[in-house]
Amino acid sequence: MVPLNWYIILSAVIFMIGAAGFLIRRNVFIMLMSLELMLNAVNISLVAFSHYLQDLKGQIFVIFIITVAAAEAAIGLAIIVSLYRNKQKIHTDEIAEMRG
Amino acid sequence: MTKYAFIPLLPLIGFIITILFGARFLRDKTHYVSIAAVFGSFVLSVNTFIEVATHAIKTPLYINVLDWIFSGTFKVSFGLMIDPLTAIMLIVVTSVSLLVHIYSVGYMHGDTGYYRFFSYLNLFTFSMLMLVTANNLLQLYFGWEAVGLCSYFLIGYYINKKSAADAGKKAFIVNRFGDFGFGLGVIMVFLYIGSINYVDIFANVNTLAGKTVSIFGSEYDLVTVISLLLFCGAVGKSAQIPLHVWLADAMEGPTPVSALIHAATMVTAGVFMVARFNPLFDLSPVAMGVVAITGATTSLFAATIALVQNDIKRIIAYSTVSQLGYMFLACGVGAYGAGVFHLFTHAYFKALLFLCAGSVMHAMAGELDIQKMGGLKKYMPVTFWTFMIASISIAGVPPLAGFFSKDEILWLAYNGGKVGKLVWIMGTIVAGLTAFYSFRIVYLTFFGTFRGTHEQEHHLHESPKSMTVPLMILAVGAICAGWVGIPSLLGGSNWIGEQFFHGVFKHPHVTASHAEEWMVIAISVIVACGGILVATYFYFWNTELPKKVGAQFQGIYKVLWNKYYVDEIYSATIVKPTFWIANKILVGFTDAKIIEGIVNGVPKLIGIIGDKLRKIQTGYLQHYAVGMAIGLFVILTIVLISGLK
Amino acid sequence: MTLPQMFFIYFAISMTSLALLIITARNPVNSVLWMLAMFFHIAALYLFLNAEFLAAVQLILYAGAILVLFLFVIMMLNLKDEIKDRKFIKSWPIGAALAAGIMALIYFPISKMIHGPLGQYTIEAIKADTNTKALGMVLYTDYLFPFEVASFILLIAIVGALVLAKRRV
Repeated sequence: MVPLNWYIILSAVIFMIGAAGFLIRRNVFIMLMSLELMLNAVNISLVAFSHYLQDLKGQIFVIFIITVAAAEAAIGLAIIVSLYRNKQKIHTDEIAEMRG
Repeated sequence: MTKYAFIPLLPLIGFIITILFGARFLRDKTHYVSIAAVFGSFVLSVNTFIEVATHAIKTPLYINVLDWIFSGTFKVSFGLMIDPLTAIMLIVVTSVSLLVHIYSVGYMHGDTGYYRFFSYLNLFTFSMLMLVTANNLLQLYFGWEAVGLCSYFLIGYYINKKSAADAGKKAFIVNRFGDFGFGLGVIMVFLYIGSINYVDIFANVNTLAGKTVSIFGSEYDLVTVISLLLFCGAVGKSAQIPLHVWLADAMEGPTPVSALIHAATMVTAGVFMVARFNPLFDLSPVAMGVVAITGATTSLFAATIALVQNDIKRIIAYSTVSQLGYMFLACGVGAYGAGVFHLFTHAYFKALLFLCAGSVMHAMAGELDIQKMGGLKKYMPVTFWTFMIASISIAGVPPLAGFFSKDEILWLAYNGGKVGKLVWIMGTIVAGLTAFYSFRIVYLTFFGTFRGTHEQEHHLHESPKSMTVPLMILAVGAICAGWVGIPSLLGGSNWIGEQFFHGVFKHPHVTASHAEEWMVIAISVIVACGGILVATYFYFWNTELPKKVGAQFQGIYKVLWNKYYVDEIYSATIVKPTFWIANKILVGFTDAKIIEGIVNGVPKLIGIIGDKLRKIQTGYLQHYAVGMAIGLFVILTIVLISGLK
Repeated sequence: MTLPQMFFIYFAISMTSLALLIITARNPVNSVLWMLAMFFHIAALYLFLNAEFLAAVQLILYAGAILVLFLFVIMMLNLKDEIKDRKFIKSWPIGAALAAGIMALIYFPISKMIHGPLGQYTIEAIKADTNTKALGMVLYTDYLFPFEVASFILLIAIVGALVLAKRRV
């Protein structure tokens, strides 16, 4: 029997790897994909909880998270397209118009 | 509301109506409203006086009209105190005010600020009536300050003249010096008696006797300290040394103002206050000695200055200071009744002197220098005769009013111990000087040949009825006002001293014999007549003599003419250093550096901080994300550590 | 070590290495492909946890729709030169250190975790009804309102994407 802790630690590891990817990469696409990775890690932990606590709430929540992730990916990509059209740049450390 | 409350209230209503509607609607008719108001007060005052004199009402009568401040143990109401002292002051204030109002109709005719003058006169009458009818120290202080304020308004009435504005400021500021001490006195009374209502003060004044208060480490007798502090206010208000400098300059105001405020009413507020608080002063021989010596010294000081001045109003102003010194002299030796009696008679002959001077100025088209007048007797008979009556009265020749009150003071001073004898000698000298300078004016102005310009000579005429009728009424007062206090030695009953003021003042004890009393009266009369004779010699028979004497005693003449250089001394020692402190320290340092520093520095500081904080916004997405991650790390650490405990 | 545990260890190792490959790939297309592999592993894990419906949804949606969308956009932008630059930002150690630090912090509570009360949907009950039907029963009764809201979110996403990516006419 796989203990619940293992699933959660796996989820945490993948989440942190996704966070690290978000924090250290220049390419905007990779950043978006790190976001998706984080969301998926959370999904794993939710499903694990749902299985071990014998409740379906976790899985319902996962459905909604997947929905929202899809919407967010679409909008994010639209923004990147718009950004590329205006700036011809997709590296985040070159885009700093809003500096104060 | 009792009928007594209308006495101060009517002039207040008059003021409000005239100040609101005077400019547009009433204009030349403003005097009807103000004279009606003061006449109403006068009628009520006469009624009150009769009630008090015939003992129709029981005095002292304390009435609370309107609750003012109720704060913990501090309870003050607007109220009235009716007793013989109040009654006589009411008569003085309302009668002189009424006559001055009527006189001003003619004097101020055609002036652009006509309505303003009458409203200020009404406001002043209201303030003075509040002062004399007060039944607590706070209302007295209110009236005190209000008369000072009205004096400022009225002295500076000619708003286009800088000298008038400066004189108004000087009066107010010098008064404030005295009022500071007065305020401290009021506070001390409250601290040690617990209330500032007269009812409580007079009931408990004996509890103060013997107590001491420590100031800067050394112990002083409490009653002396309080009395001296209250006396400070009187020194300022009644122009005694060293705060006398404002009264001469106050002559910049119109002459009716000088007659009302600086002769009969405001300056006598100091005497009134000392007389009102006589139970307190009686407990402190030191304070009474100070009062007497101050009064006598001021009297002598002012009389000597008046000898050589040439401005007719200034001579009369210094004469006022001198006579006020007499009143304080009386209070200082315990003869409060005599002091107030002199206040009563002085109001009439001094107001008369001022109004006659105004009449002369009116005829001379504003000329003040008596050296440029002369021989006006044939052009202005009414003015001449009334001025003569006033001068004889002030000189102290019987049976006119001034003799009886002055003699009472000198007689009671003679009985007042060592200090009393000293001030009696000084007072007698002053009586002589008074007679001299009063008749100096008479001779130089009304007798001899006219020394002015041809232009002025053509203009000379008697004043209109609105001005001469008050003069005549005041002349009657100057003659008869003293007859209420004829001493028993001369056949009278001294009604005012014995019966009217019975219960208000402690009767001063008389130790000298009847023979000495005759001697004192004889000396006064001789000195008075002697003064008149010397003046006649100098200014009527041998008119070249004054100049020769002046040339001989050049040094003394110069000192007297420059008023003992008091103004110059004050300017150098007080005024200039104050301006220096104001400019260098307060403006230069406190205002420019500290306050500007803070006012400018705070925005600058915020700018600097903002500048530094601005750098956090780098514009890089990952920097913001790192910030969030750091925050998360810190929160988790805190939660875990606090959870571990 | 039982068989399920050995399977789980395989999944753990492979998912971790796949995640690391995703974030360190130079070419975005490579990264997307690694992500595809990752999603397959996740779907397999869902199967492990008796969530068949979710496994199917994961594959259809994530692998089939979202990654395809990603690839479309990457290829549309036609980035040839950009991938020759350096991969990481200048201050990358800070990010990596932070992530590691937070991971360390999370590890300790999780290893000692105690879970809450058990619900009523036991594995047998779900198996009797099939996962899909059980989910449907719960979704359309207790969670109807969030369901409608989710549809609204999708509508907004459609409109938003269209508006943002439109060429100036």
